[in-house]
Amino acid sequence: MPSPIAETLAVLLLVATLACAIVRPRGVPEAVVAVPAACLLLVLGILPLGQAGTEAGGLGPTIGFLAAVLVLANLCDRYGLFEAAGSWMAAGSRGRPVSLLALVFAAASVVTAVLSLDATVVLLTPVVFATVARLRLRAKPHVYACTHLANSASLLLPVSNLTNLLAFAASGLSFARFGATMALPWLAAIGVEWLVLRRFFAADLVGRGETRGVRRLPVPVFATTVVALTLAGFFVTSAFNVSPAFAALGGALVLAVPAVASRRITLRELVVSVDVPFLAFVLALGLIVKAISLHGLGSVVTHLVPGGSGLGSLLVIAVVAAVLANVINNLPAALLLLPAVSGAGAGPVLAVLIGVNTGPNLTYVGSLATLLWRRVLIRRGEELPISEFLRLGAITVPPVLITATLALWISLRLVG
Amino acid sequence: MTAMRIVVWVVEGTWEGCVDAAVEHFPADSEFALLHVTPSDVAEAADAASVGLFGRGFPGRRPNRRYDDIAADEGAELLAAAADRLGHADAELISRRGRVEREVVSAVAEGVDVLVVARDGDHSRLGPKSLAHATRFVVDHAPCAVMLVWPDETPGIDSIPPPKHGHPPEHEHPPKHERPPPPPHHRHEHL
Repeated sequence: MPSPIAETLAVLLLVATLACAIVRPRGVPEAVVAVPAACLLLVLGILPLGQAGTEAGGLGPTIGFLAAVLVLANLCDRYGLFEAAGSWMAAGSRGRPVSLLALVFAAASVVTAVLSLDATVVLLTPVVFATVARLRLRAKPHVYACTHLANSASLLLPVSNLTNLLAFAASGLSFARFGATMALPWLAAIGVEWLVLRRFFAADLVGRGETRGVRRLPVPVFATTVVALTLAGFFVTSAFNVSPAFAALGGALVLAVPAVASRRITLRELVVSVDVPFLAFVLALGLIVKAISLHGLGSVVTHLVPGGSGLGSLLVIAVVAAVLANVINNLPAALLLLPAVSGAGAGPVLAVLIGVNTGPNLTYVGSLATLLWRRVLIRRGEELPISEFLRLGAITVPPVLITATLALWISLRLVG
Repeated sequence: MTAMRIVVWVVEGTWEGCVDAAVEHFPADSEFALLHVTPSDVAEAADAASVGLFGRGFPGRRPNRRYDDIAADEGAELLAAAADRLGHADAELISRRGRVEREVVSAVAEGVDVLVVARDGDHSRLGPKSLAHATRFVVDHAPCAVMLVWPDETPGIDSIPPPKHGHPPEHEHPPKHERPPPPPHHRHEHL
């Protein structure tokens, strides 16, 4: 098949795959379009079988790692870790909105870094929402902080974001080296978010919360200990050239066995929480993007991004990655960009991460916004009240992007 | 003479001062209503973030339904607490959901004499930040009289920052490359 036709078909299949994943017609899993689309590319020979095998072989361990981290986070929820965190935030804030915002920042940054942004979005945010409601304070600054930090605080560790796991596999960095290099950019991104949000919501951080009846729930010691040991395990396994995915798997198993025994979670719920359809979706998405790369777009991307580790190059890479993440969502953007920069060393790979991780705050959910717009409009039959969210994105993303990239440049010189 | 109809806009963080001002300033036989609006954008943003994840992980959890439930419960409790503080058992409780500023304006569109609104923000100093976006819109567009109150202690006039020396006020930007004569008060100070 001629390359332009193959390329066009692959791009169309990518759009259909992402559209289905966002719109989820009748709640079907995101894999329902993705897997047949990838198969079609294989059958038509647009993606050669050998290339597909290599790509799948590379993605497999990453997907396993992701599955283990998601199960771990879900089990932490079942042990009451997030509920306890909510009660400690409420009590610790003493009803003061600025103190509460600081605690929400701390919790969202740590949860995102250690248990992935998914845990912050799906497990922590509802707890923050409920905590703010219980205190009778305004929810907006705290909830927007969670949604923002889920992206911008996902820079620290390979487990913090699926894009990081992909980069981790591509970069050849150890877990500790990755964390050490990204610590400064992570802190820089959180610092800029704090400065902007604190000012942006100054008028809403008002009053004194209702703290009667607020009490600290007991911290689930077992779950917290297992998470801490798992985190240590990431560093140890990686230092001995063993995949940190095994540490995540170990942590998930240690939490799962007593959880099932004590009926905190049924075996069926545990199996469902592995979310096989989503894992199949990631694999299929990887194959579709590979097909697109092979038929021309890959070389375009390679020409588009500079290869050096100078500050200018890193900034260009981060900006290109942020723009691409907003056009096609950050997951395909990472899949497309990482192969183009992985030969140039750790700096460009990590700059891609800064772009694809912090960029999505720019346009609502940072991806295929129009589709999402339609989805919500159709479902609710109302105008989307998100102008404030968009304004916040417009004033946070550029400084976060620049500051974090500058921090990366410094970090690369310090850590080497 | 018919009783005045007073609507008190109840907002998290400032509602107590607002209710107290209504009690203090209006006759007890006024017709009171308490209004609370649940912002739709907060739950929307939280839900959209999970859509951005392609719904991955934690299948079976539906955050958005929970957000709406939590917000509705909290709004109802807040209105009940406000009614309690107001001390009028027959006060009408109005609960709405949507774009806050537009819902408030439409709730007072007809038959309302006064809307009681609290300022927002940090009250340790006076300044333009004492009205959040929604409050600003309501003050600009409410089709009735608006009573704007401090939610807690009224700050003294000395909380206004002193005028800056050596700079003309913002609306008097000098043209580039040309130094304007100092304003009269400035000249006076340096005599």
